[in-house]
Amino acid sequence: MSAITREDVAHLARLAHIRMDENELDKMSGELAFIMDAITSVSEVAGQDVPRTSHPIPLRNVFREDVPSGMLTQEQALAMAPDAEDGQFKVPAILDGE
Amino acid sequence: MAAVTDEVLTFDEAMAQYEPVLGFEVHVELNTKTKMFSSAPNGFGDEPNTNVTPVDLGLPGVLPVVNGKAVEYSIKLGLALNCQIAEVCGFARKNYFYPDTPKNFQTSQYDDPIAHDGWLDVELEDGTVFRVEIERAHMEEDAGKLTHQGGASGRIQDAASSLVDYNRAGVPLVEIVTKPITGAGERAAELAKAYVTQIRDIVKNLGISDARMERGNVRCDANVSLMPKGSTVFGTRTETKNVNSTRAVAHAVTYEIQRQAAVLASGGSVTQETRHWQEGTRTTTSGRPKSDADDYRYFPEPDLVPIHTTAEWIERLRAELPEPPAERRKRLQADWGFSDEEFRDVVNAGVLDEIAATIEAGASASAARKWWMGEIARLANLAEKDIAELGVTPADVVEVEALIAEKTINDKLAKQVLGFVADGEGAPRAIVEARSLAVVSDDGALNAAVEAAIAENPGVVDKIKAGKLQAIGALIGPVMKATRGQADAARVREIVMEQLGVSE
Amino acid sequence: MTELTELSANELIKLTALQMAERLRAGEITSVELTQAHLDRIAAVDGPADGQGTGVHAFLHVNTEEALAVAAEVDAIRAAGGTEAQDLHPLAGVPIAVKDLIVTVGQPTTAASKMLEGWMSPYDATVVEKIRAARLPILGKTNLDEFAMGSSTEHSAFGDTRNPWDLGRIPGGSGGGSAAAVAAFMAPLALGTDTGGSIRQPGAVTGTVGAKPTYGAVSRYGVIAMASSLDQVGPVTRTVSDAAALQELIGGHDPKDSTSLPEPMDGLLEAARNGELAGLRIGIIAELEGEGFQEGVLARFQESVQVLKDAGAEVSEVSCPHLGYALGAYYLIMPSEVSSNLAKFDGVRFGNRVVPDGGGTIEQVMGATRAAGFGDEVKRRIILGTYALSAGYYDAYYGSAQKVRTLIQRDFAAAFEQVDLLISPTSPVTAFPLGEKLDDPVAMYNNDIATIPANLAGIPGISVPAGLSEGLPVGIQFLAPARGDATMYRAAAALESRLEEAWGTPFWAQAPELAASSAAAPAGVENAAATATAGGEN
Repeated sequence: MSAITREDVAHLARLAHIRMDENELDKMSGELAFIMDAITSVSEVAGQDVPRTSHPIPLRNVFREDVPSGMLTQEQALAMAPDAEDGQFKVPAILDGE
Repeated sequence: MAAVTDEVLTFDEAMAQYEPVLGFEVHVELNTKTKMFSSAPNGFGDEPNTNVTPVDLGLPGVLPVVNGKAVEYSIKLGLALNCQIAEVCGFARKNYFYPDTPKNFQTSQYDDPIAHDGWLDVELEDGTVFRVEIERAHMEEDAGKLTHQGGASGRIQDAASSLVDYNRAGVPLVEIVTKPITGAGERAAELAKAYVTQIRDIVKNLGISDARMERGNVRCDANVSLMPKGSTVFGTRTETKNVNSTRAVAHAVTYEIQRQAAVLASGGSVTQETRHWQEGTRTTTSGRPKSDADDYRYFPEPDLVPIHTTAEWIERLRAELPEPPAERRKRLQADWGFSDEEFRDVVNAGVLDEIAATIEAGASASAARKWWMGEIARLANLAEKDIAELGVTPADVVEVEALIAEKTINDKLAKQVLGFVADGEGAPRAIVEARSLAVVSDDGALNAAVEAAIAENPGVVDKIKAGKLQAIGALIGPVMKATRGQADAARVREIVMEQLGVSE
Repeated sequence: MTELTELSANELIKLTALQMAERLRAGEITSVELTQAHLDRIAAVDGPADGQGTGVHAFLHVNTEEALAVAAEVDAIRAAGGTEAQDLHPLAGVPIAVKDLIVTVGQPTTAASKMLEGWMSPYDATVVEKIRAARLPILGKTNLDEFAMGSSTEHSAFGDTRNPWDLGRIPGGSGGGSAAAVAAFMAPLALGTDTGGSIRQPGAVTGTVGAKPTYGAVSRYGVIAMASSLDQVGPVTRTVSDAAALQELIGGHDPKDSTSLPEPMDGLLEAARNGELAGLRIGIIAELEGEGFQEGVLARFQESVQVLKDAGAEVSEVSCPHLGYALGAYYLIMPSEVSSNLAKFDGVRFGNRVVPDGGGTIEQVMGATRAAGFGDEVKRRIILGTYALSAGYYDAYYGSAQKVRTLIQRDFAAAFEQVDLLISPTSPVTAFPLGEKLDDPVAMYNNDIATIPANLAGIPGISVPAGLSEGLPVGIQFLAPARGDATMYRAAAALESRLEEAWGTPFWAQAPELAASSAAAPAGVENAAATATAGGEN
């Protein structure tokens, strides 16, 4: 298991959309390395044949009827928006077009 | 960013050296009443941010619940594509930040799609059948809609800001992914168009999507790569996003083949990237290359539980499937006795369903074809509308046929009646009564009109008397005019011959 | 106000919630009186809501007008009589506090984060709808570690909450506000959420009863998600019966939560009132009683074990060999889910937007918003989770942790073949001084070593006061198989009453007075605590 580097943290912060300055990157990489040390034992016990659990209580086939309900008005939808215009949420320019 | 014009080879030059490998990701918006994971209405064209619940805005605390109807529609689509339906499948989160994605992750399916390993026989125009292997069809949710403002072009690159409408966020999607398609060769573009067309027809026929490509109900991402002729090693592929008409899919595939061929022929290498389709220039332009931002960190969606399908459930849905479009067309053509050409014209005119319904309601196949492909098509053309949107129904056509059969109206009046139906005046019989359009069969009135026509057209009369009976038509015209089209043409002909003393 | 009513108000707030309900039904008190008494108590001991004072600071928002209006409605209905009065919920009119992670219409919901400061939810959480339908006046929203991430409530963006037993110490976390509100008699009932112990660990260190129901027993709709597969809402009270009654009120299937159990879970209060221990098989978890546990904590725990034995329970020791890996698995699964659940806080649709100097693209605005809006602990967990899920590490980290989750479930399943319930100390330590572990995340994480396994396995757990150690509360935890909440309440209530018999005094008689102007109060606390501790060591 590789140690978590400062560069790793910078990359992760970009993925997570959290701006971090140099000091924060230093501090965070130190803390994360320490935390990871404390928890890496996990991969030691997890054998190939052990199934993964993602839901603690197994349920299946939970479906909703196809009936509309619970709509917000446009006013309610936009009431807490940091910025809005013409009934829509307004955001600054997007550089990275999909 | 200024548009860069890429070098291209001609299509023939490209084909001489390279073999194209295609792949398609077609997104189909389902026409359920509500969204995939929320109870907001699934509608089009409504005021922005009105088809939303707290779930669709990703407000703090909300949880998704799966729309059971969307699951059934997805299974039906899987069955129609000859897929295996997963016994167990679930949802996963695809994590990426984008303002049209309210939770900053898309709820999708990752390594366990609901349908997988299917195929579709795609029929090309000359009747050749090409089998396309389907890798998977999985359920996911659509994103909201961004409108870029501030730039001159409305394009994202120039925009100072963008507006977001989440009405479309969460609309159920099925993404159909093909396996790599090889062997299409120079028919690659034709196959691309036929494949997307056939997917569109299937989802429309299943009743699970409105299938209107102009509204984005069916959207295609086209993957294209080239390999040197004789090679079996795939080249680097590009993905051209959101090609939203069947014609554009063909163009995009052709263009990418020509562009990539030029890159390879000049010794370069193709960049793995997303490309954007430009309708105006019929070219693709470079989007963004694959980057570390594409680490989507998929993991099982903890807020949703797995779906287990049973044989009983799947068989019930299979029993509900309509006849596949290709099989249905074969059957109808045989039943109706249309020639290949006649039938193709009907299909291309988009009135197959209307004619089928008209025949179903009692009209003969030839009469149904005559009206839909003739006068109704002409009226639609004049009105610049789709035939199906003109407002004439199969029941109207059947009623017109009945009025003709009982000699209440003739063909000429029938055309007028259809015009009035299209104008919204009501049903044919009611229009005939309201406008007093019934055929004039009173010989007294007809005799007088014929006499007048004979007197006004001595030249024509001479020809008839000289034995040119086809000239009688020139007298019928004025009579019809005088009776405002309400005369029975056959009876007029008899009276002309009586008055002039000629016989057949 | 006269001297007399002040005294009776002081007595009133020290009743249990069920006793309050009884007196309301009997017409001996009104809900307005009861609610006002609690609002007065909040005003007296909680200090300003901004946390700048020296009070307990359990509340981030006090909901005075609405609470009194609801109380007045209940009183009016009861006064009018008839079927509407008969149909009132048994707890109608008993006030309640709500952890500020649970959304409420008409009151702010902040998750104790600057990110959500000023945000008003347009919808109510399902548990809040149930509370409103049952007409419990909501006193206000309680403090927590930001987005429920922490074990001390020191990670709140709006100031620490202080432990009513010693205002220089932490009240546990993340639900320190709810626990402190109940411990300081500012509310008889409160809602908490428990992802790794956030109800039970504050319960232990404040002497309150805190229960984490079986995963899915209570709806999570409207509870701001921390880690979806671990989060569960539960009651915070001063007695086991009150907790059982509150879980009955907030529990049940919710079609808006896909992970909600389909079947109802009734009979909890009845089980708590049954209180029978004879024949019940109880297992001591071998892995949770040794290293890292304070001597005083272990002493109170062993006394409780003896009380259980004396009351007829069959107590044995059982092993859950994989519990040593629980903390590691938890600190991979939880941050992974956190990193995804908290992605929605981006300054686009709601919450506070931070624009960098000179403007910026939406990506830069999101980066600045999240940098300014989230505190250090939240950022730490988001980065950790992003790492655990990222390409190349998924199998080793997140994938392995999910496997450990399976192993822990199997350990519990095997244990519950042998015994009906498992017990352990709830928290390895009593309340520690404010600031002591703030700069040591791993030491902080170790506080939840005994509570985390239940969240990983989805099983119910409850913390009950087991006495005091050096004047500070110690909690004992009962764990039951999934859907075994009733058995858990039955045993916990039985221990509660047997301990009180042994002490010769109700646990809460030992509680600190905290009267705002009473300089004598701290001494009283010490004396009461010393007496009780002695009583406990029988």
